Amino acid sequence: MSLKIENLHANIGVREILKGLNLEIPKGQVHAIMGKNGSGKSTLAKVMAGHPDYEVTGGSVSLDGLNLFDMEEPDQRSRAGLFVAFQYPMEIPGVTIANFIRAALQARLPEGEELDAVEYYGELYKKMDALKIDRSFTSRAVNEGFSGGEKKRCEVLQMAMLNPVYAVLDETDSGLDIDALRIVSEGVNAMRSPERGFLVITHYQRLLEYIVPDVVHVMVDGRIVMSGDKTLAHKLEAEGYDWVEKETLTNA
Amino acid sequence: MSTTLMDTTAPATTWPDWFAAQQQAALAEYENSPDPTRKDEAWRFANLKALDLSAFVPAEPVASEGRLINASTGLGDTSAKLILGNNTLLHREASALPAGVIFEPLETAAATHADLFKKYFMAQPVELGSRKFAALHKARVAGGAFLYVPANTSVSLPVEIFQWVEGANASVFPHTLIVCGENSSVTVVDYFKSADKLPAFACGVNDLHLDRGAKLTYIAVQDWSRETTAFHINSTVVDRDATCTALIANFGGAYIRGESLSRLVGEGSRSEMFSINPVEGTREIDQRTLQDHVAPRATSDLLYLNALDDKSRTIFAGLIKVEPGAAGTDAYQKVKNLILSDDADPNSMPGLEILNDEVRCSHGATNGPVSADELFYMEARGIAKDQARRLIVNGFFNNLLERLENETLRAHLETLVAARLAVA
Repeated sequence: MSLKIENLHANIGVREILKGLNLEIPKGQVHAIMGKNGSGKSTLAKVMAGHPDYEVTGGSVSLDGLNLFDMEEPDQRSRAGLFVAFQYPMEIPGVTIANFIRAALQARLPEGEELDAVEYYGELYKKMDALKIDRSFTSRAVNEGFSGGEKKRCEVLQMAMLNPVYAVLDETDSGLDIDALRIVSEGVNAMRSPERGFLVITHYQRLLEYIVPDVVHVMVDGRIVMSGDKTLAHKLEAEGYDWVEKETLTNA
Repeated sequence: MSTTLMDTTAPATTWPDWFAAQQQAALAEYENSPDPTRKDEAWRFANLKALDLSAFVPAEPVASEGRLINASTGLGDTSAKLILGNNTLLHREASALPAGVIFEPLETAAATHADLFKKYFMAQPVELGSRKFAALHKARVAGGAFLYVPANTSVSLPVEIFQWVEGANASVFPHTLIVCGENSSVTVVDYFKSADKLPAFACGVNDLHLDRGAKLTYIAVQDWSRETTAFHINSTVVDRDATCTALIANFGGAYIRGESLSRLVGEGSRSEMFSINPVEGTREIDQRTLQDHVAPRATSDLLYLNALDDKSRTIFAGLIKVEPGAAGTDAYQKVKNLILSDDADPNSMPGLEILNDEVRCSHGATNGPVSADELFYMEARGIAKDQARRLIVNGFFNNLLERLENETLRAHLETLVAARLAVA
């Protein structure tokens, strides 16, 4: 059982961003992708979520054997168990967090079944408390006027409420101060389980001090070019990415 | 086309003789006034075919009185309630009102409080195009609601009015006259409802008068059947330091023509004019507004929101008029059209006429589709496209409801909007 990406190619417009990406995350593990700006990390997250701006030109992604690209609409993929925490979460004026998450949970219920409101709010408050999100946020519009850190916490809150099988966290550490980073990481760590896989996309090794990965991958120019254990992240932090590119060229 | 009703015989009413005589004159004015043409500025872009009133007939007494009374539910806690059906009083509850407050059918008030009635009833000139239909209204008005809140009196819980129409092609002439004395305060929710899904005709007027320091929140929930043709002519007069917040929610109707005039006659007065309009199918909402700044240092703030789906159509024509004496005016006017379909047809004509230099005014109209990014974000959380769109439209309207101070009222309206969008 795994999240398996095979020979994935994707374009934005005519420009190819993902150029044959391979990756497998067995259930129960946390994998990290590191890479420079422009290497295609965020594209990978958006392509999996089904963002309409990207075109998949080849390859496949499967969730426990289920072909993601058979599900055309992003909402189908989400309901199938994929969650993507976005680098830049959208603001939705006039739609409260409580109503937003509620609609997302309601969408997972069979036709005609109503979400139990009391139970829902109980669960929501519990998870907000754990993420140190003030309960008054339930009646605030989704991400509107939130600080960077508040937006990221709100992403993790959504993840906690939706209980995905595989979660992709795209630069969840950006915009976080050290306290927020710890809170968000604790939220993620609390969800680690043999029944769930994580892909953590990040720029910096810092996040991986808190969310310790089983495997670290390095992404260069739309491909995974190197994989290793968590010490690879330390090496990248200390030495940068140039040696990776040289080594890859040498091997090629 | 004929803007003449099929049958113009007067129904039996209990108006005093002096008013019945005025009604005769109004009927003559109606019959002798020319029909609107698109050459009239006030009827630019208007769909004049919708003004064919020849099929409509006088309303019979309601057949399902008990059902309509039971269906007249709004807020849980109210201080008074008046229910009218087909121009006749069906039910009245007013025992919880403070001393001195008058809350009666308009017809009763004309007899028992003739002085107040004569002073305030349709006292404002009709300036936004529908003089002919205002005359028809006056000629045929019956039932109606009259609320008078004396000086220094605060009505803590909202007052609710329900005005029903029942029967095929029935004509109703709802009227709400609210007079707020000095430093009084009250909240009124006025519901316009159909007992059935049949075509009907409504020609309504409401007059809001605020004396010095008064505070009025007036909510009109227009929920006529989707086959109804309706005119709603609103006028508001706000005196010194008084604040009027008026929200018109147009949920129903096949063709709605709304005219709202707010006249700021006292220094420091404030008028908020809000409207939310979900439209779909081939429904059409034509709204004309005037913010007339007569006195100095007054504020008017207009925000109209239209969400247009299918082949629906909206017209907004608004004017901010700053009279020579109105120094220090703050006036805002904004219409936002959320476009949900390529076939929808929004028309916006914001306007300014400023005869004093010391003013702050802004006006504008925006058209935009549902944001693809917002839609994607919601879908990425598992919410299907249709439902996501509905939530975004709901959010679009909720942004305006947030401007209401009273939380219970706001929650009630949020529920009504959500219910309305769920069945669209």
